[in-house]
Amino acid sequence: MENSPTISAGDLSSRPSRMVALAKDTMAIAHRNLIDLVRVPQLLVFTLIQPIIFVIIFRYVFGGAIYSPPGVPYVNYLMPGIFVQTVVFGSITTGVSMATDLKSGLIERFLSLPMTRTAVIAGRTLSDIARMVLVVTLIVIVGFAVGFRVQTNAIAFFAGLLLVLLFAYALLWVFVFVGLAVRDPESAQAASFPVIAPLVFASSALVPVSTMPSWLQGFATYQPVSAVASAVRALCIGGPTLSYVLQALAWCAGVLLVFVPLSMWRYRHAV
Amino acid sequence: MSDSAILVEDLHKAYGEVEALKGVDFDVPAGTVFGLLGPNGAGKTTIVRILSTILRPDKGKAVVMGYDVIRDAGEVRYNIGLAGQYAAVDPNLTGRENLSLIGRLAQMPRKMVGPRADELLERFGLTEAASRPLRTYSGGMRRRLDVAAALVQKPPVLLMDEPTTGLDIQSRSELWEVTRELVAEGSTVLLTTQYLEEADQLADRIAVVDRGMVVANDTATALKARLGSTTIELGMENEDVGIRAERIISDLFSDHTERDGNTVRLTSGQGPLVLIEVLRSLEGEGLSPVSLSVREPTLDEVFLLLTGEHCHVSDLVHGEVICDGE
Repeated sequence: MENSPTISAGDLSSRPSRMVALAKDTMAIAHRNLIDLVRVPQLLVFTLIQPIIFVIIFRYVFGGAIYSPPGVPYVNYLMPGIFVQTVVFGSITTGVSMATDLKSGLIERFLSLPMTRTAVIAGRTLSDIARMVLVVTLIVIVGFAVGFRVQTNAIAFFAGLLLVLLFAYALLWVFVFVGLAVRDPESAQAASFPVIAPLVFASSALVPVSTMPSWLQGFATYQPVSAVASAVRALCIGGPTLSYVLQALAWCAGVLLVFVPLSMWRYRHAV
Repeated sequence: MSDSAILVEDLHKAYGEVEALKGVDFDVPAGTVFGLLGPNGAGKTTIVRILSTILRPDKGKAVVMGYDVIRDAGEVRYNIGLAGQYAAVDPNLTGRENLSLIGRLAQMPRKMVGPRADELLERFGLTEAASRPLRTYSGGMRRRLDVAAALVQKPPVLLMDEPTTGLDIQSRSELWEVTRELVAEGSTVLLTTQYLEEADQLADRIAVVDRGMVVANDTATALKARLGSTTIELGMENEDVGIRAERIISDLFSDHTERDGNTVRLTSGQGPLVLIEVLRSLEGEGLSPVSLSVREPTLDEVFLLLTGEHCHVSDLVHGEVICDGE
């Protein structure tokens, strides 16, 4: 076939190997997502405003009326729950972004390029876990500012934060799936809240489960947000820790085992 | 490898119950522009999605630059550039960032990405806007960037899905100009359009697509000649002269002549060539028309003839084909 010299398919010698291509493409996508985050800072601000309002309301308005375990100031009980709540609400943005890219046709363009297709999702989870690190850091600073203190030690505290981020990572995959399934940013937002609200509120994140009606206690004790909140709290204030941490890890593993393949399947059938 | 840049055979695709493609065939020679013309829902976008490896066909074969869209999808992706209907670029990224992202994902060496982006921005008149987020661009600028994005990796085949839908006339003719330049440089272009004028202006060959099938596939000129006909109107001095002229002309072309007062009307399937013969015969009898008009068939008429009653051409500037529900 005759082609002018300026027109040529990708130079074979410059093509990277599969693993290198996956890493490069993932970085390229994550980089793009982070630029988006900087250009639309509202997203980050909204992610943060919600937990900050909760901190203020629960620390200063309801805090005095809420029973917390003996020897534990309520603010120390509350903040680990807020850390978990922050990543739960923050993960909604992942679904919204995924749906936006699908609806705008950007993913379609990506699929037509000689890139590693998985990198679209890998890059999304990478950029969004980076966002979570930033959000968690900021909310930890807010926590210390309102009087939160670690009652265990620094290692346990950082282990707690790592657990929060692991849970965040698992949640991102849930919302990657939601975004790909509903295909529309507004619907992704709307579909998220009914799922998230009971998980966040009927949980040990903000108040002890023992104050809830007995029919709710079963769900509230063992659901994932409670499991992770209890584990992070134990790592911050002490007391029995191991069984909470194992429960939390089990939830993270379970969510990943279900939603990674589900998201990948949905992604392959997204267009 | 044959001389076909794109070869499509018996392509089928259904979305659930809805059959989007019911056996599409066509062949695009390298270095030409091929137009897929049809109303919304005809299946044009489905064809583009299959050729760009985004969708898999249910049945049939599609080959781009010798690579099968299913078996060699990876190779196909190195050979195509896609300019989408929805201007699939990131509104929050700048022009240069968008092009760089595409370049990186097209596996271009990192150091070539920046210069290539700048080169394209320059070519599309976007250098000044290069560092502005796309959400500040006008519709025309955005679409130009969309086409630029399709060209980053210098693909030999460019797939343009309704590249000018929703653009103003100025931006539209700019895009046409760019398309002509690309073909002059050796690219092959497949373009879908609802605009008859656009297909007529750009495409070497046009396939008219309707309800998942190609109902005609020919050059614009041949399509018109085959289905439409040239109308020649001769205004004579008065009715008497008109009657004489009609007699002379109907002796030449018995079937296609009619007269209305002093106006003689001749419809011909051979195009305007008959005009010479007509004028020569009239002159031989000492007659000459006082007014003369020649009207070529439009693609609009061709389209209506081919696809039947369910579509009509709007009177809007673009001559968009509008189809009512069946």
